Amino acid sequence: MNFKKQKTMLRYGPGTRANHWAMAGAFILLTLSGLAFFHPPFFFFSHSLGGPVWSRVLHPFIGVVLFVLFVIIAVRQLKYNMLMKNDVQWMRQMGDVLNNRDDKLPPIGKYNPGQKMVYWALILCIPVLLITGVIMWRPWFAGFFPIPLIRVASLVHALAAFIGIATIIVHVYAAIWVKGSVKAMTRGRVTHAWAKHHHPLWYEEEMEKPSQRAGDEDASERDTTSHHGARNDGRTSG
Amino acid sequence: MINSQNIVARSATTLPAPHVRDDVVEVAKLIDVSKCIGCKACQVACMEWNDLRDEVGECHGVYDNPMDLTADSWTVMRFNEVETDFVGGEDVSKEKELSWLIRKDGCMHCAEPGCLEACPAPGAIVKYANGIVDFDSNNCIGCGYCITGCPFNIPRISEKDSKSYKCTLCSDRVNVGLEPACVKACPTNCIEFGSKKDMLARADKRVNDLKERGYEQAGIYDPAGVGGTHVMYVLHHSDEPGLYSGLAKDPRISPVVGAWKGITKPIMSAILGITAFAGFFHYITKGPKEEPTDEEVFGEDDDHHRVSREEEHRS
Repeated sequence: MNFKKQKTMLRYGPGTRANHWAMAGAFILLTLSGLAFFHPPFFFFSHSLGGPVWSRVLHPFIGVVLFVLFVIIAVRQLKYNMLMKNDVQWMRQMGDVLNNRDDKLPPIGKYNPGQKMVYWALILCIPVLLITGVIMWRPWFAGFFPIPLIRVASLVHALAAFIGIATIIVHVYAAIWVKGSVKAMTRGRVTHAWAKHHHPLWYEEEMEKPSQRAGDEDASERDTTSHHGARNDGRTSG
Repeated sequence: MINSQNIVARSATTLPAPHVRDDVVEVAKLIDVSKCIGCKACQVACMEWNDLRDEVGECHGVYDNPMDLTADSWTVMRFNEVETDFVGGEDVSKEKELSWLIRKDGCMHCAEPGCLEACPAPGAIVKYANGIVDFDSNNCIGCGYCITGCPFNIPRISEKDSKSYKCTLCSDRVNVGLEPACVKACPTNCIEFGSKKDMLARADKRVNDLKERGYEQAGIYDPAGVGGTHVMYVLHHSDEPGLYSGLAKDPRISPVVGAWKGITKPIMSAILGITAFAGFFHYITKGPKEEPTDEEVFGEDDDHHRVSREEEHRS
């Protein structure tokens, strides 16, 4: 866990991290305001956006922001989320995964199949949420659509949001469960040991790059492998 | 919203609404379409009493004016000319005749209101013990779910304030023992108002009258699909309500709305809660995947370990 004593390597560049946390913020606001409209016991969540009317006004705009951010991250991460040879075997050994018997698991790439499922679930949900959301969007767009279509859109929006929220609950829990992953997304770096342990194939691939192999923070901090920058100021050791 | 103590249903509210004073008679407005002359006195009375002034529109070449309900026009007369079976009397050479069907459109005040079912804002839509469905626009958030829920396409969002509006059945007048403004203004007694029981009896009489005059399909429009309504029609062609400018034949809250606002709410909420709890208990019982040490992953002699020791030495 101590970055001072272990070699580290870049997992998420600054752009990806900023995008991720902007999405996380948007997602939380959308979830709170959306649940407020969904079910009366959650209505008090509507105060998170400054009251129920502001929630109604802002929710769709935040939704568009989330969609744009998601498209960027989804495109950039697509190649790491394709199904690989060992993924099926890894899924079959879900019992080992859940019981922390990691040594028995087959080697996998940058993302494990669980992470890939989060990716694909969101690929499914977020565009559906955007389309159905636009159909429901008052006062701007809903008037252009027939009421029976708005009804279907409302139901589908709720279902897609449900799948999306459930997915994100799993995603957040997995981050808490697998120590080192929150730090990967807040500071960008993981230890070589973490990488080799959890994502061996990705680790081996990254070791082809000199800066990653050296565990040089400054060079790879800029999301590149070519230049070496300013000296380590020690900020990433905390 | 005038009366806050006889509310039998309240939007987005899971506990009982205040309704200690609910020993009141259910009211109804009866619109006998066969007596309507299309004078629009009801429209004028509505805007007068409710202080509504819709924008002056354009003539579209038909009698309908305005062409549709708006946030400022809570009732409109809809005119439809159709060919119906001849009922004019002795002249058997005619099989068909032209009928000018005029229907005063507006909120039906359903016993099971789709708007109230769909509304997410607590108290924005209420149903009083007397059956009137009222919008408390002060609580309205402008989401338009009432439009999505309504089986009759009645509520409209105002461009002025993004709040939803519709006929209140003059709940303010009814509350102090007056009849709705449109009823008062109607010159032919086409619109009547009273207890639902009395209005059904009146309607029965009118239906019999019409049947005697040859309208065999005459009937009362009090659709059971929405639990009955507190605005009822007497129709000469009750078998084909669609003739009256698209009056719904078997209106009910759409099953899609039912699914959206019914069982999915508790089920999906429960699953989300269970998912979060499952995570918590997994952590408690199985524990986290701790960060692996260099020794665990690379063994003793790897250069990762050397780095660690050098750093240790320095500090």
